[in-house]
Amino acid sequence: MKIRIKFSKTGVMKFIGHLDMMRYFQKAIRRAEIDVTYTGGYSPHQVMSFAAPLGVGLESQGEYFDIEVNSMLNCEDLKQKLNSAMSDGIEILSVKILPDDAGNAMASVAAAKYKICFRKGYEPDGNWQQILQAFLEQDCIMVEKETKKSKKEFNLKPYLFSWEIIDNSVILTVDASSSGNIKPSLVFHAYAVSQELTLSEFALQVTRLETYTSKMEDGKQIFIPLDEIGYTA
Amino acid sequence: MNNTALKDEILLQVEKPARYIGNEINAVMKDRNKVAVRFAMCFPDVYEIGMSHLGIQILYDMFNRREDVWCERVYSPWTDLDKIMRQEKIPLFALESQDPVKNFDFLGITIQYEMCYTNILQILDLSQIPLLASERTQDDPIVIGGGPCTYNPEPIAAFFDIFYIGEGETAYYQLIDLYKTVKNSGGSRKEFLLEAAKMPGMYVPMFYQTEYNEDGTIKAFYPIAEGVPETVRKEIVMDVTDTYYPEKPVVPFIKVTQDRVVLEIQRGCIRGCRFCQAGQIYRPVRERDVETLKEYAVKMLKNTGHEEISLSSLSSSDYSSLQELVNFLIEECARKKVNISLPSLRIDAFSLDVMSKVQDVRKSSLTFAPEAGSQRLRDVINKGLTEEVILQGAHDAFVGGWNRVKLYFMLGLPTETEEDIRGIADLCNEIAKLYYETIPKEERKGKIQIVASTSFFIPKPFTPFQWSPMNTKEDFIDKAYLTRSAIMTQLNQKSIKYNWHEADVSMLEGLLARGDRKLSEVLLKVYQKGCMFDAWGEMFKNDIWMETLEECGIDLSFYTTRERELDEILPWDFIDCGVTKTFLIREWEKAQNAQGSPNCRVQCQGCGATVFQGGVCYENQN
Ligand code: SF4
Repeated sequence: MKIRIKFSKTGVMKFIGHLDMMRYFQKAIRRAEIDVTYTGGYSPHQVMSFAAPLGVGLESQGEYFDIEVNSMLNCEDLKQKLNSAMSDGIEILSVKILPDDAGNAMASVAAAKYKICFRKGYEPDGNWQQILQAFLEQDCIMVEKETKKSKKEFNLKPYLFSWEIIDNSVILTVDASSSGNIKPSLVFHAYAVSQELTLSEFALQVTRLETYTSKMEDGKQIFIPLDEIGYTA
Repeated sequence: MNNTALKDEILLQVEKPARYIGNEINAVMKDRNKVAVRFAMCFPDVYEIGMSHLGIQILYDMFNRREDVWCERVYSPWTDLDKIMRQEKIPLFALESQDPVKNFDFLGITIQYEMCYTNILQILDLSQIPLLASERTQDDPIVIGGGPCTYNPEPIAAFFDIFYIGEGETAYYQLIDLYKTVKNSGGSRKEFLLEAAKMPGMYVPMFYQTEYNEDGTIKAFYPIAEGVPETVRKEIVMDVTDTYYPEKPVVPFIKVTQDRVVLEIQRGCIRGCRFCQAGQIYRPVRERDVETLKEYAVKMLKNTGHEEISLSSLSSSDYSSLQELVNFLIEECARKKVNISLPSLRIDAFSLDVMSKVQDVRKSSLTFAPEAGSQRLRDVINKGLTEEVILQGAHDAFVGGWNRVKLYFMLGLPTETEEDIRGIADLCNEIAKLYYETIPKEERKGKIQIVASTSFFIPKPFTPFQWSPMNTKEDFIDKAYLTRSAIMTQLNQKSIKYNWHEADVSMLEGLLARGDRKLSEVLLKVYQKGCMFDAWGEMFKNDIWMETLEECGIDLSFYTTRERELDEILPWDFIDCGVTKTFLIREWEKAQNAQGSPNCRVQCQGCGATVFQGGVCYENQN
C-alpha cells in the first residue's frame, strides 16, 4: 500500500539538509515500528520517495514523501505513531493512502508556494513592494542561470504562476517540476540585479507553504496539494 | 526547542550547521532552574567523531538519571565556526540548552588520544575559561578529565582541576554529592578540590609537586597537601552487567563515524599484547551477561531506529557467549532489516560463517592484524597470531568467496631487524600465492586484492614497552621505504597495495604519550600559534611544533628515542592501574628474549589485577 505523508519543518530543523532528512525519516519509521516495505539484498532499505528537496535554511509547511507499507491500522494511527517519534520542529500533518496508479511524490511535483520576506535589517530602501510588483508584471524576466558548462539566459516569467505582496512578505507560486525547478531566491536575485542592488545571501527568509501536483479540470491545468489525490482510511 | 546560541546568519555560513543545534532524538532536556548541578560533557573533536564515542553516551545517561543534574554535550567547533566565535566573542555553548559552558558547574573532557590536546585548549579558550587551572576562580567550572590519556595526565596537568582515573560509572555520583555539600556550606573551589583529591580515583594535579634531576628525569613526585594520597588507584566497575548503559542513546541528524547501535560486550582483553595500552589498563576482563545484552540490543534498536548494530570490545572473539549473542542478533536483525557489523573478530570457521551471513562477501574484506612480519617479532610483542593460522583463515575465506584482504603491521617495534620488515612483504606474497593456488582460474572472481598498512610503534605508559626507545623519524621513514621496496620485489606485488602513516605526527604522539609536566608550556605555545585539530592530517603543522619545542628547550629525543632505566621514576608512576611494575618488567624481559606469555584464560600471569577481585581472574573459582 502506498502512503503519502505530509509534514512541516520549522525552527532549528531548517538546518537539516535533504539527505539527512531522508535518513531521519528512515530511523523515525523504525522507531515508530511502522510495517514498512523494504527492498531485498544485503542492505535492505525502505522504499521511499521525497517530493521536492528543500534547501538548508528554509522552513516548510508543506513537505511530502511516499512510503510503502505492508500493513497498517488506519491513517490516523500511523500519523500518531509517527508523531510520537518526531523531534521538535517536525510534525506529521497528514497521512493519506494513494490510489495504485498514482505517480510517486518526486515525479508528481508541479509547483510550490513560498512565503518570502526580508530578514530584519536586510529590507531594501524605499517602496520595494511597488517596484517588485512592477518587476513581476513584466512580460519577460530574463535571468542568468549558471549550468555546469556555461551561463545561460532564460525567461523566468513562464515559470512564475502567481504572486501576491502582503505587507512585508511575498507569496509566490513557482514551477517546481523536475523540468523547471525554480528557487524563489532566483526571482529575488533577478529583481536585485534589475535594481542594481546587492542582495546578501542571508537577506531572505523563505518558507515553503505548499507543494502541488497538477491535474486537468475542464481542459485547464489546475494545481492541487500533493496529498489531495490520496484518501484516508 | 531552545533558541540557538548562534544566529541563523552564522549557522548558514558554516559547514554542517547540524553540528551545533542540538535537538537530536533522545537528547535530554531539563528545566535549567530545577537542577542543582550542570555538567558539560565534552569530546574535544568535531561532532561526528565525538558523537561516535560510546563512553560519553554512557556517562550522559548516567548523569541524567539524577534529577538534580543536567548533563549536556559539547564538541569542538570546526575551524570555520571557531574563527567566527573568536571574532564575535561568542562563548562556547552546550548543545542541549545552548547556554554558555562557562556558566556550568563542571566541564568534563574525555581524552582519547594525545593529538587532541590542543583541542582541549581550544575548548577552554572558546568557553572563556582560563587555560591554566591555577588561574581559575570561584566562578569558573571545575574542569575534569577522563579517558585513556589520563593514565599519563602530566603533559596536560596544568589545564585540569581534576583527573578522574578509571571508569566513570563508579565515583561520579559521589563527586557530585561532595560538590553539592561543599557548595551548600559556602565552601571554596579549593576546599572542594582538596576533598575531591582524597576520593578514590581522583587526581588533583595542583596538590602534587615534581622535582627533577639535572638530566631532566624525575627525582621525586609527591603530594603537597595534607591527606592527599601518594598514589591514585584507577576506578573500575566490577559488575559490568548491573551498571549504567544507555537504552536511549542520542541519535544524530547528520552522518557520524559510528552511526549505529553499539553493544559493549566486555571490558578489557585477556591477550596481553605488549604494545597495547588498552590491554593493560582495562584489566581484568569483565564480561556482560549475554541475556542483558540481548535485551539492550532490542531496546536500543527500537529507541534509536538505527539500521545497524555493532559489537564493541577489544577482542570480540574472546567473549564466552559470542556464538549465542551473534546467533540471536542474526535472527533478530534479519526480521528488523538491521545490518550487523562485527569488528575485531578473529578469522576462523565461526566468524567466516557469520560474516557470510551478514555481509556481501564480494564487497567485504578480511582483516588480519599480525602487527609484525616475522614469528620472532610476534613473540616479542606477544601477538599470538601465527603465519599458519593466518594462512588457514585466508584459505578458508578464499574458498568462501572472499578476495580482499587487509593486513595491519607496526614498524619500529623493539628488537626489530630488516629481516622482520621483509617478513611483512613475504607474508603478503604468501597470501596472494595461496589465493592463486586455492582458487582455480575459472572460479576466480577478479584478482586478489591485498592492502597492507603500517603504523609506527609508539611506546605507551603501563605497557611492558614503556621503557623502550622509540625509533627516530628518519628510521621510521627508512623502514617504510624498505617495506615498500620489499613488497615491490615480490612475485605478486601487483596484488599488494601498501599504505603507511605519517612519521611526523607519530613522533609528537610519542612525545606526549610519555611526557611530563614540562610539556604543558609547549602545548600552550603551539596552541597560541594556531595549532588545533592536530589529529587531522591537513591541519597538522609540524613546523610550529618543532620550532616551539626548541623555544621551550625541550629535547624531543629525551622523551621518544631515549631508553629509560628500569629504576627511573616515570611521570605516571603515581597511578595504580592494577598491573604492577614487577609484572611489566617481567614482560619487558621476556619480550627481549622473544618469549610469549599465555593469555589470562590459559594461564594467569600474575599481573596484579587480582586486587580488583573479579573478572577473568576469578572466572574458574567459585
Ligand atoms: S591477574 Fe592473571 S588473570 Fe587477572 S588479569 Fe592479570 S594475568 Fe589476567
